[in-house]
Amino acid sequence: MRADRRTGAGGWVLRGVVVTYVVLLVAWPTGLVFKRAFQDGIDTFFSSLTSPDVQHALALTVTVAGWAVVINLVFGVAISLLLVRYRFPGRRILSVLIDVPLSVSPVVVGLALVLVYNARDGWFGTTLATWGFQVIFSTPGMIMATVFVALPLVVREVTPVLEEIGTDQEQAARSLGAGGFQTFWRITLPGIRWAIVYGLVLAVARSIGEFGAVKIVSGNITGQSQTATLAVEQTYQNFDHQAAYAIAALLAFTAMLCLIVVAILRPKEQH
Amino acid sequence: MSIRATNVTKTFGDFVALDDVTVDLPTGHLTALLGPSGGGKSTLLRIIAGLDTADSGTVEIEGVEASHLPPQKRNVGFVFQHYAAFKHMSVAKNVAFGLEIRKRKKADIDAKVKELLELVHLSQFADRMPSQLSGGQRQRMALARALAVEPSVLLLDEPFGALDAQVRKELRDWLRRLHDEIPVTTVFVTHDQEEALEVADEIVVINHGRVEQVGTPDEVYHQPANDFVMSFLGPTTTLNGSAVRPHDIDVFNQPVAGPAVEGTLTELKRIGFDVRATIDTAGGEHVTVHLTRTHADERGLDVGQRVWIVTSAERRPVAQTGLA
Repeated sequence: MRADRRTGAGGWVLRGVVVTYVVLLVAWPTGLVFKRAFQDGIDTFFSSLTSPDVQHALALTVTVAGWAVVINLVFGVAISLLLVRYRFPGRRILSVLIDVPLSVSPVVVGLALVLVYNARDGWFGTTLATWGFQVIFSTPGMIMATVFVALPLVVREVTPVLEEIGTDQEQAARSLGAGGFQTFWRITLPGIRWAIVYGLVLAVARSIGEFGAVKIVSGNITGQSQTATLAVEQTYQNFDHQAAYAIAALLAFTAMLCLIVVAILRPKEQH
Repeated sequence: MSIRATNVTKTFGDFVALDDVTVDLPTGHLTALLGPSGGGKSTLLRIIAGLDTADSGTVEIEGVEASHLPPQKRNVGFVFQHYAAFKHMSVAKNVAFGLEIRKRKKADIDAKVKELLELVHLSQFADRMPSQLSGGQRQRMALARALAVEPSVLLLDEPFGALDAQVRKELRDWLRRLHDEIPVTTVFVTHDQEEALEVADEIVVINHGRVEQVGTPDEVYHQPANDFVMSFLGPTTTLNGSAVRPHDIDVFNQPVAGPAVEGTLTELKRIGFDVRATIDTAGGEHVTVHLTRTHADERGLDVGQRVWIVTSAERRPVAQTGLA
């Protein structure tokens, strides 16, 4: 029986309230960004994205988000396997630590990274600086900040699936002669591949949208260490509203595309 | 001896799963590890396969000391209760898995898979996914997958436990016939004594982490080593203070020679061809007796009668003297 067949007066009121709430809070404002971005025509939209600084910002976002997603893929899967397949002291603490990025403000993350890695008096940054390696105010720091904020997304998608598939198939593979890596590659990985895809798509959306942590570690230098989100703020404050809305619309569109991809993929798994 | 476990002990925290177990399982036989849940039989099987490690003791497979070999080096086939089908692979790919790991030639693999799928009657399902098979079919696929690598021993952990009664019975008969065709040393774990008695050449009764008895189905059923084996392998009743099988007692409606016990027939239940009688003896015991319908009719039994009962061991001389 479908729920909407039972809708009474109360149901209609509830529906109205929720729809109004979502429209006022999400749909209308986001829609306006697109409206502003395209109000002077599609040519203006594209030309405002072609200035060298904006191009650089977009390319930097792709670089930073790309690295962050790859790193989160490798470590996310490794951490998930560790949390689900092994029992060791401190396992629950590790599990809680993974969720810290969800609860701590990205600005705090940025400040924390600066404290550890800045080249002047950072706890570890001075050592790295003597090796000629600069983290803060440079791409590595921005990648680290982005990795940090997107860390739980792959792990939280993969761990429940790993738990659900259990160890029977892995044990069967071992008894049939497969070694550890063969078992992982041929049995475990195919079992969690959709969970990894969801996690990655969410990580992409989160990574391209990161602002606070990246702003603090990057130094926000236009044309050098400015990502797309930072460029939105900069152009907006410089009254270049057309560019600000165009970049914002592009970011919003990419994030929505990610969510649509997840929505299309998700039902496939539940057969 | 194909499999020899010597002084195997395994504990999980405070729980002793196996307590100094030593068993020899002969080559080519179909052996059942029988016992109640939590008795340690699955743990023993998993230790033989290398899926669990013993705290102490050794396992030898085909004369090779295997205690420290990982599962993939032991050349055992393992079949799990819940099939452990590789969900993302077709039936044929599942069966081919062990051969692909061993890097056999494609043509050889295809031929072997075809042969095995015929053996387990799944040829027409080769391209299906496991989710499209019934439980019984999945278990047959798992069996073909385990047999593909030509293991020196085949281990089955409660292989029919997750199936419904009808399929279970079919697969049981089929496993027996399969073993007669391909006499690979096979060990299966079960808590169902009927399954063990029907299928196995040899039964190892395990309880509380110890081996209670090893013997043929006849031996463990008719010459149980102790009260536990007696009561676990089949129904029992108490006569003259000792445990007896209810179908090993005969009932007469007139006095007989020898050490017969006198009593009153208080209940007579007919269940199809079975007749179950309850007799209250003078000594205050409630003895249950199982008879066939024909036998009960011959004896002319009725509720409320005075009857005389003897165990079958004592009955034979009585019958010979013509008093029955």
